[in-house]
Amino acid sequence: MNVAVAAIKTVSPSRRLLSDFCTSPAAVIGLVVLVMLLIAALGAPIFAPQDSYDLQSLDIMDGRLPPGATGIGGFTYLLGTDDQGRDMFSAILYGMRISLGVGISSAALACLLGTLLGLTAAYFGGRIETLIMRVVDLQLSFPTILVALMILAILGKSITNVILALVIVEWAYYARTVRSAAMIERRKEYIEAAHCLALSRTRIMLRHLLPNCLPPIIVIGTMQVARAIALEATLSFLGLGVPVTEPSLGLLIANGYQYMQAGLYWISVFPGVALLIIIVAINLVGDQLREVLNPRLNK
Amino acid sequence: MFVWLIRRIVQAAVVVWIMTIIVFVGLHLIGSPVDVLISPEAGPAERAQLMQQLGLDKSLWQQYWTFLFQAWHGNLGISFVYNTPAIELIKERMPATLELAFIALLLSIIIGLPCGLIAGLRPNAWYSRLIMTGSVLGFSLPTFWVGLMLIMVFSVNLGWLPSSGRGETREMLGVHWSFLTVDGVQHLILPALNLALFKIAMVLRLTRAGVREVSQMDYIKFARAKGLSSHRIISVHILKNIMIPVVTVVGLEFGSTIAFAVVTESIFAYPGMGKLIIDSINQLDRPVIVAYLMVIVMIFVTINLVVDVLYHLLDPRVRLEANV
Repeated sequence: MNVAVAAIKTVSPSRRLLSDFCTSPAAVIGLVVLVMLLIAALGAPIFAPQDSYDLQSLDIMDGRLPPGATGIGGFTYLLGTDDQGRDMFSAILYGMRISLGVGISSAALACLLGTLLGLTAAYFGGRIETLIMRVVDLQLSFPTILVALMILAILGKSITNVILALVIVEWAYYARTVRSAAMIERRKEYIEAAHCLALSRTRIMLRHLLPNCLPPIIVIGTMQVARAIALEATLSFLGLGVPVTEPSLGLLIANGYQYMQAGLYWISVFPGVALLIIIVAINLVGDQLREVLNPRLNK
Repeated sequence: MFVWLIRRIVQAAVVVWIMTIIVFVGLHLIGSPVDVLISPEAGPAERAQLMQQLGLDKSLWQQYWTFLFQAWHGNLGISFVYNTPAIELIKERMPATLELAFIALLLSIIIGLPCGLIAGLRPNAWYSRLIMTGSVLGFSLPTFWVGLMLIMVFSVNLGWLPSSGRGETREMLGVHWSFLTVDGVQHLILPALNLALFKIAMVLRLTRAGVREVSQMDYIKFARAKGLSSHRIISVHILKNIMIPVVTVVGLEFGSTIAFAVVTESIFAYPGMGKLIIDSINQLDRPVIVAYLMVIVMIFVTINLVVDVLYHLLDPRVRLEANV
């Protein structure tokens, strides 16, 4: 019996987490696809056959070529070209960079802001909590698209404003989740012990409370990245998101939309498929993380 | 209860008032609409005249008070682009959006409820798994992308349904409606389905969870033991019990459906409020933006207020808490 206990203890938590995660093949595939897409997006200048932003390299004569067609310069366009002769494959790689960048950075900022406010609300309670949670409730009673629309209508279009809008839309989800997790943790003995040791409030909040609230934050964070990417694409599609000079996947889809009626499907559809794969992959990973990190399912 | 109600109404009014400040002051940051309206050749004299005409030469606070005073009287300014009162434009476009949102919610029940029922009754069957996978997609796919696919398949490739506009309308009670003509209905199908997709997934999951919970109850077992037909058990005993939460949630979603109509209307060039606001943002038509935001904030604050009051009246636990 002692041997068995010792054997269980030698498995580190991170390794157990990893093996739990691997029980779902779909999630593993999602993770692999996601990592590959991240590498492809980060290395867009290396992997892309054409620099999408360099107008010199575009040949207008190659415009609107179907997938697999060979252009005047003898170059084969794997996914076709848009109206300006831009290689769609390269445009998608560069677009993914912007979509993922905006999605991840806004989710990270929202996570930081929401976590701090949620922790503060749970730890201090009283008026501070009432104030923060009032704002959270108010924010969550309006749909995301409306809040984002309002902010972008007021501030105008730019990447910074899109990120700002996404952060303002999303922080409340983190704050609510973190608060409810921290409320439970706060009553436990180790926090009481930390109080008895006369540790500073900041130290208790960040070193003792925060690490124990991490599992729900990780799950929400993963899902919110997908939501942020989808919302950014929607806003860009409506012409309220990123500027034309830095097209994300949403803007690429919008640009191709006018040609779809004429049967030139590839300009719009391939960026759409890329967007779809990103969102589905993140959701698969997030779903499995929720299963693995759910304390109710842990024995 | 009465004091609580007064307090809640004041709270709602404060939210609307704060919104007027945010929207009004915020919109002045994005630049003067004069630049859009005036021709590039116009001299400074013409410019000043136009500024005076629009009341833009006064201080921001003066402009705000004028705006607040006029808004109170139902006047939210005159559209720079259409040259008609902004609130009239909104009123004119509103029936189209309301019609679209209402039909989308109706579709979400018509499609979501039976699918959720099937998935809840036979949770392990292959078709139930298929339905659940579909609902995950309905939740996570961006609406605009699905809308594009609908257009590509049903309008461009198959040519079954029109992809833009509202079609022929017929007047009833002084308002133009699409659902009264065949052409109008054809124009409604794709946008309504697109707008409904997210809500279908939601209703489906709610129904499934409800069915699985209710099926375990003793009164269902008793009904089975009594020898009632499964058809009667489902339609009377199960369905009746899960309808209440489903209908409540769908009602609550009306506001957000109107907001999300912005996306659907833009894809399908559907002449509703949502298309109007997107066009207005791109043309910097400030009075229309302000009017739209004010109208939609009012709609939301009203829905939230009504729901809160109803909860208070119906749920004794909430009532008790508020009185303490």
